[in-house]
Amino acid sequence: MPKILRPREMNKCLGCFSCMTVCAATGQKNHSLVKSAIKIRTTGGMDSSFIAIVCLACQEPACMEVCPSDALELRDGGGVLLVPDKCIGCRQCETACIMRAVNFDEETKKPIICRHCGICARFCPHDCLQMVEASEV
Amino acid sequence: MINEKYIRILYVDMETGKIRVEQREDLVAYLGGVGVASRLLRENMNPDLATTDPAQPIVFAIGAGAYVFPVLTKAVAMFISPLTGDLGESYAGARMAMSMFMAGYDALVITGKAPKPSYLSVSNDNVSVRDARAIWGLNVDETGRTLRDREHHRGQSVGKRSIIRIGPAGENGVAFACVCVDTYRHFGRLGLGAAMGSKNLKAVSIYGNRSIPILDYKSYFKAYREIYKKCTSTDMMAKYHDAGTPINIMPLNKAGGLPTRNMQSGTFEAADEVCGDTFAQKNLVRKMACTGCPVGCIHIGMYRREFDKGHEYEAINVSYDYELIFALGTFLGIGNTDDILALIDVVEQTGMDAMSTGVCLGWATDAFQKGYVTTEDTIIELEFGNTANYLLAIRYIADRANEFYHSLGKGVKHASSKYGGEDFAMHIAGNEMAGYHTGYGSLVGAAVGARHSHLCNGGYSFDQDKSEFDEDKLVEKLFAEEAERCMTNSLVMCLFARKIYDRQTILEALNSIGWSLTDEDLTDVGKRTLRDKLLIKKALGFKQKSVKLPKRFFETPSMNGMLDEEVANSIIRKYSEKADALMKEKFD
Repeated sequence: MPKILRPREMNKCLGCFSCMTVCAATGQKNHSLVKSAIKIRTTGGMDSSFIAIVCLACQEPACMEVCPSDALELRDGGGVLLVPDKCIGCRQCETACIMRAVNFDEETKKPIICRHCGICARFCPHDCLQMVEASEV
Repeated sequence: MINEKYIRILYVDMETGKIRVEQREDLVAYLGGVGVASRLLRENMNPDLATTDPAQPIVFAIGAGAYVFPVLTKAVAMFISPLTGDLGESYAGARMAMSMFMAGYDALVITGKAPKPSYLSVSNDNVSVRDARAIWGLNVDETGRTLRDREHHRGQSVGKRSIIRIGPAGENGVAFACVCVDTYRHFGRLGLGAAMGSKNLKAVSIYGNRSIPILDYKSYFKAYREIYKKCTSTDMMAKYHDAGTPINIMPLNKAGGLPTRNMQSGTFEAADEVCGDTFAQKNLVRKMACTGCPVGCIHIGMYRREFDKGHEYEAINVSYDYELIFALGTFLGIGNTDDILALIDVVEQTGMDAMSTGVCLGWATDAFQKGYVTTEDTIIELEFGNTANYLLAIRYIADRANEFYHSLGKGVKHASSKYGGEDFAMHIAGNEMAGYHTGYGSLVGAAVGARHSHLCNGGYSFDQDKSEFDEDKLVEKLFAEEAERCMTNSLVMCLFARKIYDRQTILEALNSIGWSLTDEDLTDVGKRTLRDKLLIKKALGFKQKSVKLPKRFFETPSMNGMLDEEVANSIIRKYSEKADALMKEKFD
């Protein structure tokens, strides 16, 4: 079964944003941090902890359930895959996600959702992000 | 500007709040960073006016390739230095380069003085001069917290913003006041904080969320991946992440190049108590990175401060580096990591350059002990190793508590010219020395460097290579490195990464995002920029032959033995001739 992404050791995060850079670059062919499916942020300034906001690969995705046009399909291993042609840009998935991991792209008017491709984990210099078997979670 | 054939500049007049955006094709030849900033400083400054006249500009710029490639993480600030009256140039990491990139401005030129304390809020779709009266007087942390919250509630999401701010020292015009960038990084040297204070400018908040398409994904990502790999899988950057820059303490001490007690000595008997490993064992709690750097050299140290009787403690986190340990540690005879962190913290919160502060206090201590000044001037007794009194003295400088501390706040050159003790006032051309007494390279390098910093040409590293000392070769090496760094600083790479970015790598990287540069172009950028900086210095009245190096540089043995003033002056003369020749060259 395909693996899923887990930000398991964010205590080690340097805040380098390499994960966001490569996610936006490979996923959206864009340099902008707003195009990344994974978001690294602080919890209140640089002296606070870094956290990762990213899809946790739900087995029963709320975002998918709420989608009125079936634009989100269940991904093998968990999470969803977007079918762009079916998406009408209603933003209901954005509010349905308790993790706030659905990043709505104001330019394309469609959500950017993690595909669990693992590129961010490969470019994480401190192994904060890891690809794991869904069964391990 | 990435994907475009122009440099995009935002001009802000603090007095009126008026802004102007220019897209300059002619500046593309300067690449970005220090190249563009030097040109903009030259265009906008007025040598006939006072250093902190409202009309004088502050220029910020990001480099070609900023943020999109690993370790191109810094922004440059250029201004007329309130400390020296000469060229002001300073670099800072953290998030500023990324946020300017995201907002879509290659450079920011600020002129005018706001009618009341203000901060500047910049984003891709809005620029405004905003009220900061209530936070005038707040320290650097409080200011950051307030503006983070304020800007967040104005609809800007977390994570893509940078807030640069000054503390009370900058407001009060301390000539070496610094600018704090995102809590842990700084435009440290040459008094940018005072320049901002003189404009009633407490802070600049920068935010961006624009879309920036990658035009040639395959070439770009190939270049990115290779550079990333060099940063993380080779040992080129390992030392910066591991113990960090304080790893230099022990080797420099062993070699006798670690300035101690106002450079009465080049060795410190308690060096192992304040070295990188000791800090790591006793205080290190976290490492962080500037945005876009997978190395992470920012070392955060924690110490416990007892703020009241009855077991009342707080945990203080501050970032530490080699230069701070030198300036607020060995140079003041402080042999304890907790004490050094306490001193860094108060320097940080008041908003001053740690190096200048330490060197000023080193001189003041020496001058006090030699009787040039008394407690009538210094208020408290200054003695090497006395942390409690240094904590007070730092506040006296920031607050400009009396005439003596007011003078000290103008820099050690000024204070010693007034109170005496110029022979042991450890500045080079008005800029307080860095933590290297390694030989002619460090000393002359800073004397001839455009901003009189150890980083202008890295002269200290030439002192550490094993080749035999040769005056002419040193002149060549210093000059070549100064020009080369003008080029690399036009990308504004972190200087730690200079081995990663050899010329071939630079060309592959920049050409993958739309430039079409050759090796000759890079040489040209370096020389062209150095020429601009030299011409700025000339216009501001700098004369190399007027630079008088304090005697102690020739009385305390360096890492390479005793230095001879005549030899130093001879190297300076030879360098000057090369600088004069470059100023006469034509480029356009």
